[in-house]
Amino acid sequence: MNERRSLLRNDGLQTFVCSIICIILGLIIGYLALLVINAEGAFEAIVNVIKNFFKYPSGDARMKYFGSTLAKTAPLIMCSLSILFAYKVGLFNIGAAGQYCLGVAAGLYCAIILGLPWYVCLIVGIVFGAVSGAICGILRSFCNVNVVISGIMLNWISLYATNLLLKPAMDPTGKDTFRLVRKAPEAILPTLGMDKLFSNNQYVTIAIPIAIIMAIIVWIVLDKTKFGYELKATGNNLNAAKYCGMKENRNIILTMVIAGGLAGMGGALYYLSDIVQWNVNSSSVPGMGFNGIAAAFLGGLNPIGCIFSSYFITHITVGGGNVDLSHYCAQIADFISAVIIYLCGFVLFFKLFINSRMDKAEEKKIEKRKALAAKENKEGGNE
Amino acid sequence: MLLLIQYTLIFASVLLLVALGGCISEHSGVINLALEGIMVMGALGGALVMKFLPYTHATATVGDRLGMFGLVLLASIVVGVLYSMLLAFACINLKADQTIVGTALNMLGTALSTVIVKSMNTAMNPDDHSSEIKYIDSKKAFLTNIGKFELNWFMIVAVICLIVIFVLLYKTKFGLRLRACGEHPQAADSVGINVYKMRWAGVLISGLLGGIGGITYITAGVSTWKFENGVAGFGFLALAVMIFGAWDPFRIAGAALLFGLFRALGNVYNGFDFLVSLNIPSAVYNMLPYIVSLIVLAFTSKKSRAPKAEGIPYDKGQR
Amino acid sequence: MENQYAIEMLNITKRFPGIIANDNITLQLKKGEIHALLGENGAGKSTLMSVLFGLYQPEEGVIKKDGQVVQVRDPNDANRLGIGMVHQHFKLVECFSVLDNIILGVEPNTAGFLQKAEAREKVMKLSEQYGLHVDPDAIIEDITVGMQQRTEILKMLYRENEILIFDEPTAVLTPQEIEELMQIMKNLAAEGKSILFISHKLNEIMEVADRCSVLRKGKYIGTVDVCNTTKEELSRMMVGRDVEFVVHKDPAKPTDVVLDVNKMTVASKMHHNNAVKDVSFKVRRGEIVCIAGIDGNGQTELVYGITGLEPIKSGKVEMLGVDITKAPIRKRSVMGMSHIPEDRHKHGLVLDYSLENNLVLQRYFEPEFTNAAGFLRKKNIRSYAERLIEKFDVRSGQGPITMARSMSGGNQQKAIVAREIDKDPELLIAVQPTRGLDVGAIEYIHKQIVAHRDEGKAVLLVSLELEEVMSLSDRILVMYEGELVGELDPKKTTVEELGLYMAGAKRSEVSY
Repeated sequence: MNERRSLLRNDGLQTFVCSIICIILGLIIGYLALLVINAEGAFEAIVNVIKNFFKYPSGDARMKYFGSTLAKTAPLIMCSLSILFAYKVGLFNIGAAGQYCLGVAAGLYCAIILGLPWYVCLIVGIVFGAVSGAICGILRSFCNVNVVISGIMLNWISLYATNLLLKPAMDPTGKDTFRLVRKAPEAILPTLGMDKLFSNNQYVTIAIPIAIIMAIIVWIVLDKTKFGYELKATGNNLNAAKYCGMKENRNIILTMVIAGGLAGMGGALYYLSDIVQWNVNSSSVPGMGFNGIAAAFLGGLNPIGCIFSSYFITHITVGGGNVDLSHYCAQIADFISAVIIYLCGFVLFFKLFINSRMDKAEEKKIEKRKALAAKENKEGGNE
Repeated sequence: MLLLIQYTLIFASVLLLVALGGCISEHSGVINLALEGIMVMGALGGALVMKFLPYTHATATVGDRLGMFGLVLLASIVVGVLYSMLLAFACINLKADQTIVGTALNMLGTALSTVIVKSMNTAMNPDDHSSEIKYIDSKKAFLTNIGKFELNWFMIVAVICLIVIFVLLYKTKFGLRLRACGEHPQAADSVGINVYKMRWAGVLISGLLGGIGGITYITAGVSTWKFENGVAGFGFLALAVMIFGAWDPFRIAGAALLFGLFRALGNVYNGFDFLVSLNIPSAVYNMLPYIVSLIVLAFTSKKSRAPKAEGIPYDKGQR
Repeated sequence: MENQYAIEMLNITKRFPGIIANDNITLQLKKGEIHALLGENGAGKSTLMSVLFGLYQPEEGVIKKDGQVVQVRDPNDANRLGIGMVHQHFKLVECFSVLDNIILGVEPNTAGFLQKAEAREKVMKLSEQYGLHVDPDAIIEDITVGMQQRTEILKMLYRENEILIFDEPTAVLTPQEIEELMQIMKNLAAEGKSILFISHKLNEIMEVADRCSVLRKGKYIGTVDVCNTTKEELSRMMVGRDVEFVVHKDPAKPTDVVLDVNKMTVASKMHHNNAVKDVSFKVRRGEIVCIAGIDGNGQTELVYGITGLEPIKSGKVEMLGVDITKAPIRKRSVMGMSHIPEDRHKHGLVLDYSLENNLVLQRYFEPEFTNAAGFLRKKNIRSYAERLIEKFDVRSGQGPITMARSMSGGNQQKAIVAREIDKDPELLIAVQPTRGLDVGAIEYIHKQIVAHRDEGKAVLLVSLELEEVMSLSDRILVMYEGELVGELDPKKTTVEELGLYMAGAKRSEVSY
């Protein structure tokens, strides 16, 4: 057919539109929740959530808080990449949260206890995450254990293991680990002068460009390499992958290793920026891994899309801290993220619906044209 | 020792209730990964009743206690069932990915309950930004001391549920049809059974059990609950219990006792001299149930007896 | 005069886009008779049954029950009319007992509690009455396929159905079980049940049926009394005389052995019997060997065994003198084995990949398409895809970047054929390569296969279409119930004779 295909048919555009719809619906539902809690300040609160650092009048302060938001985006990008990568092979890496924890544990342990430089800490963090991912992959391949359930179990094991490992690194004045500035300055990620761009925000480190570069690498691996070709084929049609001789078990384990490594790297990058410290009495798995799910799906399962969706989710999460705490609470942002993931579950259905509607419309058009042509033929024959 | 038994029984009750919920949902063909979120919401429902229903234990009659207990139970059931509708609608009618929706509902459960409790606490006292609900006195309504053993009435509820679910699944027309939908929905459809209805029923019952499990969990050993923490992966532990129990109610009960024991050890290991002398950090005891479940899963999943059609949305068009 | 027909389907016409699946078909089932419905694959039998069960609404024609016009809108309507069916793939819950399967949907109960005692009694009585001998407490997955089938029969009897339809009931049974089934069907008819027996096995029809209606290519050919006809005549009615497509090819000049299959046995996933039993044959360069047979006689599993998609139970497979019995699929492929799979959606294509990515599915790892660093050479993939698209005339909306999912079935198939033949394999295994294609595409694919043979390569063709078998092959091996039951020379045999072999009515030695 020479006909130009409708713009709406473009898969990328459809995904983008669906994501925007999910965001808008999520925000509306969040707004409704705020209305229920306290109608008076609800509008201001939701505006605060969306505004985040824009609420500061001075340009300097804005840049500074923009820098902090970016610093918090970096680990989320890594977690969403981890989930996206596994999902391309048909695996749901809910264990990203635990792999992230282990990345934190290994990174901080190397930094504070062993006094190693930042690049070693980072690599050990990646390895720990990768090993945790490998366990999931091996259990899936050889023991048929659902990755979701093994992932959750490993999340909790990792959480307590992290607490255990970092107990000696605890600052006796509180419950958190030592600040790296005090104990292990050489383990802090370099800023390469980027801090100057963001009003001397020392938390703006190479974590941000590294995360973006990783997103690009993931995109290249998935899109440009033989390995990515095999992985996606395995995820899309296991039987066809088998038919053309791909090793599906090896691919599954390798995928989980990479996914684990990405999440572990996220944890290490974040904590080696020294922007936060680990609470060694933590009793809940950090939400970063779960927000990664939201970011991955909201980003249309595209690595580059994940950069933007991760930023958006961090933006509203940080913005959530700006609500008037005398009426509302910061978790409203988590609530909005959760609603967005729930809605993302329908994206496929929406797309199918849109496409089938368009198919029908097109079919009708063609039939009409055919009928018209037949009519013309007939008339032509009569003349 | 008595304390260990007591904790084992109460945690086993939680696991049993929730695992039965997972079991009935999977028998109908829907994998319920949202149990964690359902537990949180059920717990919230019950906790709110305990907070707001006026009750003074010192002066309470048996009728007061029963009323309290009944209302708490009812509230957690209603909230659990309502919440599970979100899963049923998305997974059965819209055929959404059961994993994504389940995960979203788990996150939503924690976020929503935190938002509700925090804003409620803040509304009553502008300086209170915690997500805690206290129910020290009200909780006593359904505790009975038999000697030194503290019987939580929910233990009895768990046993009753076990029997009811067993009878429902294996002795009734409904159970037969439900299981057929999880095993071979096309066969069920060919004899005139409405697969969608059956799956809705399965998910709603799992919401009911998940809700009771949630309230049982937050009354196990503690008298305040911080909703930010959710239910610590208990929903997923329950799924592991269900797999270990091979989707069979009584075997699930056995598995729940085993897992409950490991969970209880984390709470009471201080009471055992030889355990204390081993000098194992508490984090290890905390990890224990999860490690055990991972090992158990590794050995039991290979020859899994899972309902054959679970996780696959049923499409009437495909015959 | 009293109406003698239990159910009548009069002048049924059902059209699908581009095809008339049922063209003015009439089927009248007398009370108490066994009526066979005979036809090849794709003759329109299953469409007709779907109309009877209300899954499709016919464009023309009516259905009458006891002389009254009835409406059948869905399967529940059919159930109410007393029509029951034993499907080819049983609709049984495998972990349930026989009794539970029988009562499912019509459970006797008080206040929702199952009352199995009376049901058991009724089942026992029915089972006695018709000689079914089924243990009501056995679990379905533990019992033989024959027993499972009897459970399906009991399901219909328990519901007091009067019209019983058997869809290819003997495909999965052992000879003894078939013998027993025939007896059961006779008993049922003697008790007044009306039976419709869908089959293409002539022996069985001759043995059990009273009358036989024949369909061919969606058309009604006729109804005959079985006692006044012969197998040869039925076979002629089923396949027709005319071979429509003539493939021009020179005589084969077979040389060295390429594929050597020795005593291969493959287990079945569907039932407890082996799907392929002790099969031995050779394929040489310069010949097209065709495995003919009716669907479900082990051809699929045979191909899985040769290509490595399923492990074989015993025996040996050699290719070009190398033992590949346990070789991984990739090794077989690199050695020069190509496989046009039976199910293009299950195995042949990654539907969410573009056409170009599907065209390199068997070759993406070669240096031409992947450089030393592991990056895909997208330009080469594009130009290769464009070449194949041009050469094999694969049509699609957007050329190489079209999603495979959005292509028509015929063009999807052409893409697979292009990919597999262009690999220039030593051995081409083509399973139903022309299924669902139009005449032009069929002709084209046939030419490609013959050209490949003429280049001195070996071809193993698996086909269900008699015409394709007759016109394309140089040597025919007939497969029946997992065994090779005959070796025929297409030039010396007739369609009728081939039909007799395929229906298990004739047998001869196979050379090895």
